[in-house]
Amino acid sequence: MTPSLEPISELKLEGITKRFPGVLACDGISLQVRRGEVLALVGENGAGKTTLMNIIMGLYRPDSGTIHVNGEEVHFHSPGDAYARGIGMVHQHFMLVPNMTVAENLALGLKELHHFMNLDIKGAAKRIREVSERYELPVNPDAYIWQLSVGEQQRVELVKTLCLGARLLILDEPTSALTPQETDDLIVRLQRMASELAIIFISHKLNEVKALSDRVSILRHGAVVFNGQTANHEPSELAALMTGHDVVLPRNEGSGIQGEPLLSVQNLCVRGDRGNLVLDGLSLELRAGEVLGMAGVSGNGQREFADALAGLRPVESGQILFGGKDLANRTPREIIHAGMGYVPEDRQTEGIVPSFSVKDNLILKDFAEPRFSKMAFLRKKEIDSNAEVLKERFDIRCPSTSTATGSLSGGNIQKVILAREISRGPKALVAVYPTRGIDMGAQEFIHEQLLARRREGIGILLISEELEEVMNLSDRIAVIYKGKILKVLPAVEATRERLGILMAGLADPDSPGDAQAEVPAGAAHE
Amino acid sequence: MNRNKVLYSGAIILAVTLIAALLVALVLFSIGASPLATYKTILTGPLSDLFGVTEVLVRSVPLMLVALGIAISFRSGILNIGAEGQIQMGVIASTAMALAMPHAPKAILLPAALMAGALAGAVWGGIAGWLKAKLQVNEILSTVMLNYIAAQVYTFLLRGPMLDPNELETGSGTPQSMRLPELAFLDTLVPGTRIHMGLILALVAALLVWMLLWKTTLGYRMRTAGAGAKAARYAGIPVERYLIVAMLMAGGFAGLAGAVEVSGVHHRAIEGISSGYGFAGIVVALFGALHPGGIVPSAVFFGILLIGADMTQRSASVPANMVLVLQGVIILSIVSAQSFLRNPYAQERFFRWFGRFSSSARKAGKGVQS
Repeated sequence: MTPSLEPISELKLEGITKRFPGVLACDGISLQVRRGEVLALVGENGAGKTTLMNIIMGLYRPDSGTIHVNGEEVHFHSPGDAYARGIGMVHQHFMLVPNMTVAENLALGLKELHHFMNLDIKGAAKRIREVSERYELPVNPDAYIWQLSVGEQQRVELVKTLCLGARLLILDEPTSALTPQETDDLIVRLQRMASELAIIFISHKLNEVKALSDRVSILRHGAVVFNGQTANHEPSELAALMTGHDVVLPRNEGSGIQGEPLLSVQNLCVRGDRGNLVLDGLSLELRAGEVLGMAGVSGNGQREFADALAGLRPVESGQILFGGKDLANRTPREIIHAGMGYVPEDRQTEGIVPSFSVKDNLILKDFAEPRFSKMAFLRKKEIDSNAEVLKERFDIRCPSTSTATGSLSGGNIQKVILAREISRGPKALVAVYPTRGIDMGAQEFIHEQLLARRREGIGILLISEELEEVMNLSDRIAVIYKGKILKVLPAVEATRERLGILMAGLADPDSPGDAQAEVPAGAAHE
Repeated sequence: MNRNKVLYSGAIILAVTLIAALLVALVLFSIGASPLATYKTILTGPLSDLFGVTEVLVRSVPLMLVALGIAISFRSGILNIGAEGQIQMGVIASTAMALAMPHAPKAILLPAALMAGALAGAVWGGIAGWLKAKLQVNEILSTVMLNYIAAQVYTFLLRGPMLDPNELETGSGTPQSMRLPELAFLDTLVPGTRIHMGLILALVAALLVWMLLWKTTLGYRMRTAGAGAKAARYAGIPVERYLIVAMLMAGGFAGLAGAVEVSGVHHRAIEGISSGYGFAGIVVALFGALHPGGIVPSAVFFGILLIGADMTQRSASVPANMVLVLQGVIILSIVSAQSFLRNPYAQERFFRWFGRFSSSARKAGKGVQS
């Protein structure tokens, strides 16, 4: 990697336009970012943020428009060219090899460390130490990536990008996988780093934008609709500009019909992919007509819990009582028939078949029901009309119901899944991270749908790490930590701080000592 | 939008076929043959008279049947490379069945022979499916290995237990079975040619496979298992079961192809009867976009190539094996085209390069004019 010619002091985009077949992804975008400032780039999915960043990084070439670095016009043909001028990007999904150390991961991208028959790992480690000291990003160069938490991996990505010579950082939704504490920590670190660097910060989360950025640019349908100083504008104002209408995220009004116990999980033990016990005596009760929020840092057993509820992972011991039947270790088919709906975490490949059309995905669970098939033949007319009805009702935005579902935006894919799960008329619905990475408009819609189902008497288990979401929607909140429910508290008693402390596995500050008392079933099991 | 996409993909596939033809032209050139003359012979020679046309169709029948089976298995997410062995098992079983009851009426004997072939192929394919479903044995390895086993069993039977007793008496020793009773023959469609009822059978099969895959709940399950195994499990579809079903069907079609070759063309089991149909069928299926509507014309096209290759051997002294080279290059091209179509960055880079290339070419052209 050749060091940048001179430290980058200004990046200027002028009139960037990029057309794809049938889509105008970027429409005359002009932006400017200087050393010492943080520019937040916000916009809904499909607004053109990613395309724009790919243009800056040289992955795409604009149809028209110019890019200037320090006043000099540049043409990047690959990310290498961008790095050579001091521009680097941290992707939303980390680009790290898990079974290599931090230093080895850096060495992957640094050609000058590769000598004939010899790789200068020590040199890589030294550089990492220098950078991490200078920018106060503590990182151990000898640690293996798989040993690190998501927040630490995020720091590795930052250090790596800086070691590669970048002085203008593009951060693509850097907080999407972080816990609230890690997010706060990252924002503080970025604020400190900003004095020496230029940062473009891409995010959906307007409170983070507000906390971190100096200026904000809002993209909608490929064009910049707003440029301004962050300090002068409220998040709600920015949200309205981003979506084109006022956004009011709905809240649980409380005082619903607190129904009968619907789902009762007792002493559930489940093994993870590596064979260790990930759920260790988890007990939980979901009532009809309530939203039970499950808050927790991801990786504390949420995925395995949802899998076990759906019959996709064997249960070691314990019971899942649902409508008087024990569903532990039943097949997914039996569980679906029992009336369990499931919105999975992995919406791209588990919730849908990406290459199938929208209408085919809408019958994924019901294709064999008499409504959609007769004598083993599919009833095309029924399938078509079902799709048209659901498309209207759930506001699924697709060119037609024959479009491949995988080509839709995340929000619309989630609407397809939700439409299917809700229209089946389930008794209970398990929703895992239902709005992760989804823009505000779709988020608002999904929240409204969940609350409407709650009013109809469906029991909803909402697994999420977004504290806002959990607090807005839930009647009760259960905090999961290391495979056990640490505490269940009414949503009205929950605060951001209290949940954050519980999620970190610490004793509840408001009622000391009862973190232990709340898990008698699990303790008895041991 | 959707239509444009189909046209775009079609244009890419066409371009890729042309590139494949160009690459093979280089090979032809390097062995001293004229590429143009060779291609002309291959593409027009077989269709110049009625006999040529029927011979093309005779070749396309087994290709079609095998490719239909391949399409079912690929669509269901299991790659069947074992059609060659499944064909041979079908040949053995149908021959044995026909020879076992020489006095049965045609209405029983012919279907029984064809069914026996399909069943034997299904069992041979089903083994690989079962191994994959129960023990996660990679199906590419198991089907290829089963090909070797089938080939040895086939040779053993033809040279041993099933060898025509006449061959021993006359002493010529050609490894082949006894001739089938005439009642086990598929009828000829055009007198004086070899084209037989198997063609009708294959076309009907194409229709049935299309209905199976896109009109029935079974087909929906199989396609879901193939296109998204994780989503299929989530929706309560037991993916492993449909892997086995798919391999039974794929093997069944290959076995049927073997039975049809015996009862329609050769009327006995002979060595080398499958002549590579099991592998060519994969190319036919991929070239036909794993869809019966594409497989039928694709099988005819490869029938032309096979017959045309024989002709070039005679007229242009180009070895018929060149068709194998062409097949290989076409597979590589199709697979590369598919990953190209899946990679927007590569497309962007290509069109950028292409744009620069064509604009500089235009400039150069203008320069010449002025």
